[in-house]
Amino acid sequence: MNALATPPKNFEVKPKLAANGEELGELLEVSMGPHHPSTHGVFRMDVVLDGEKVVKLKPVFGYLHRNHEKIGENISYLANMPYTDRLDYFCSMTNNWAYALTIEKLAGLVVPERAEYIRAIMAELTRLQNHTCLIGFFVQDMGALGTPMMYAFREREKILDLFEEVSGARMMCNYMRFGGVRVDVNDEWIAKTKKVVADYSKFLDEFGTFLTENEIVLARTQFVGVLPKDLAINASITGPMLRAAGVNYDLRKVDKYGIYSRFNFQVPVGEHGDIYDRYMIRVLEMRESIKILEQALRDIPVGPVMDPKAKLRGFRPKAGEVYGRVEAPKGELGFYVISDGSPNPYRYRVRPPSFINLTILEDMCLGHNISDAVVILGSVDIVLGEVDR
Amino acid sequence: MIDEGLKSELQKQGVYVTTLEDLYNWGRANSVWPLTFGLACCAIEMMAASMARFDLARFGAEVFRPSPRQADLMIVAGTVTKKMAPLVVRIYNQMPEPKYVIAMGACAISGGPFKQGYNVLKGVDRYLPVDVAIPGCPPRPEALIHAIMTLQEKILAQKLTGPDRPRHLNADVASEFPVPAYGPHDLEPPKNDAVWHPTVIKR
Repeated sequence: MNALATPPKNFEVKPKLAANGEELGELLEVSMGPHHPSTHGVFRMDVVLDGEKVVKLKPVFGYLHRNHEKIGENISYLANMPYTDRLDYFCSMTNNWAYALTIEKLAGLVVPERAEYIRAIMAELTRLQNHTCLIGFFVQDMGALGTPMMYAFREREKILDLFEEVSGARMMCNYMRFGGVRVDVNDEWIAKTKKVVADYSKFLDEFGTFLTENEIVLARTQFVGVLPKDLAINASITGPMLRAAGVNYDLRKVDKYGIYSRFNFQVPVGEHGDIYDRYMIRVLEMRESIKILEQALRDIPVGPVMDPKAKLRGFRPKAGEVYGRVEAPKGELGFYVISDGSPNPYRYRVRPPSFINLTILEDMCLGHNISDAVVILGSVDIVLGEVDR
Repeated sequence: MIDEGLKSELQKQGVYVTTLEDLYNWGRANSVWPLTFGLACCAIEMMAASMARFDLARFGAEVFRPSPRQADLMIVAGTVTKKMAPLVVRIYNQMPEPKYVIAMGACAISGGPFKQGYNVLKGVDRYLPVDVAIPGCPPRPEALIHAIMTLQEKILAQKLTGPDRPRHLNADVASEFPVPAYGPHDLEPPKNDAVWHPTVIKR
C-alpha cells in the first residue's frame, strides 16, 4: 500500500466543550480547493471551523508539482532557462535574471553595462505588472468581482506588449542569457517604454482613489492577518510580506546586485504587518519602481548586450557550487547549483519566495473568519508554479 | 431541410423559418459558460482573454462559473499532474450534459515541456474526450478565442436525432468517466481506453 492512496488524517474533529463538560456543537472541517476560485491555482486549505472562526488550517501543496528541479538536473544549463520562466509565470523576467545571475557567478562572466540596464528595466516592469495584478486578484478575493481585475489587466497588457516586442513572447519571455540578454532593444522601444512608465503613475493614482481609502477595503484589511516582526524573521519570510511587518530588508539594497547601487530609490517599510500594510507596501513599491525605471531609461548607455566570452552552446562551467539570489516581486528568489564540470548541473535547487511565505499561513489565519482567510491568502501573493515547482 | 431559396424569399416578406435543431444549436453555441478552472500558466492567458482587451464576451463565453454544476465547457488550462488528474476527471463528471473540453496549451495536450517529468500526465485526452486542442506554451488569448469559435462551429453542426447524435442525446452512452486512482507506480488505469485513441505512426 503506498502512502498516496490513503491521505493522512491529521485532523481530529472533536465537539467543543463548555466549562461543565457539556457539548456545545461540532467543529466543521472544510477542504477548500484545489478547485476553488480564490486559491490562486491548485492550492488546497484544510480548514477546521468553529462557527465561522478558523481554529486550524493546513495548507496542502503538490497539485502542480511538475519536477522542475529534476528536469533541471537532466538538461543543459541553457536549456533550463525556458523552464525558469514557468516557475513564477507572472514574473518570467526576474526568474530569468536570478538564474542567469547564478550561472554567471559560477562561470565568472561579466555582464555588459547596457545589458545590466536592460535587465533592471525588465525586472522593474515585471514588478509593476505583478503587483498590479496581485492587487486586482486580492480585491477580487474580497468580493469585488471582475472590475478591479479589468483595470489591472488593462495596464498589464501594456507591459506585456513591451515584453512581446523585445522577446517574442507575452508571458514566457526566455530573454536573458548567461553574460547578457538575448537581443538588444532599439530606441523606439525605449521611447515606448518611457511613455508607458510616464502613464503608470496616473493609473496608480486612479487605482488608489478607488482602493486606498475605500471603506470596505479598510474594514476587511486593517488589523486582519497580522504577521509579527519576530515571526516573520524566524520563518524567513521575504519580500513585501517581510517589509510590511516592519523589517527593512530588500536585496536590491542589501546585495546591490546588477546596477541597483546607481539608482536613487527608497524601500517602503510597513508598521503593523496586517493586510492593509501589505497592500500599501506594494503600491509604494510600484512608485519606487517607476522612479528606478525613469532613471534607467534616462541613463541607458550604448554598447554590446552580451559578454563576448560567453559560450552558450556546449557550456560547461568549472566544478563548484553557487547560490545566486535576486529580489523578485514576491521575495527572495534564489537558485542553488552544484556543478561537476559536466554540461548539466549535478544538483539544482530553487528557493521559491512564495512557498516559504506560505508556511506561516496558519499563524495569520487563526481566529479570523473563513472569509478573511481567503483575503489573507490573497495578500501573501502565491503562484502555484513556484510553490510546487 | 428547408429550401434555401424559399427561406430567403420568406425572410424578405418578414417570415423567418428555421428548424428546431438550428435554433437549439444557435442558442447553445452562443452561450457557452466555461468553468473557472485554472491549473497553471495558461490560466493567466485564459483570464487575459476574458478581460477588456480581448473580451471573450463578444462570443458569449465570458460567464466563468466556479461551480461545475453550472458550466458547459471545461478549459483545461495548464499542466495536469498525476495528483490533480483524478480531480480533473471528477470535476468533469460533475458537469451536466452537454459538456465540452478544450485542452489549452502544450501541457494539457501532451505534457508539453514537462513531459519527461515523473509526476506529469502526458495529455488530458487519456481520460477525457477533448473537443478542441490549442497548441502553444502558453497560447495567446486570440488562440483561445479561435478555439471557442471552433467549438461553436462544432456545436452548430451537431444533429439532434439519428445515429450520429451527440452523447448527451444518446441515453445508451455514459456521460461519466471512471476516475483514476493512485496505484503503486502510476495512475490506475493509466489511460481510459474508451476515450484515448492515439495516432499510430507507421514507419
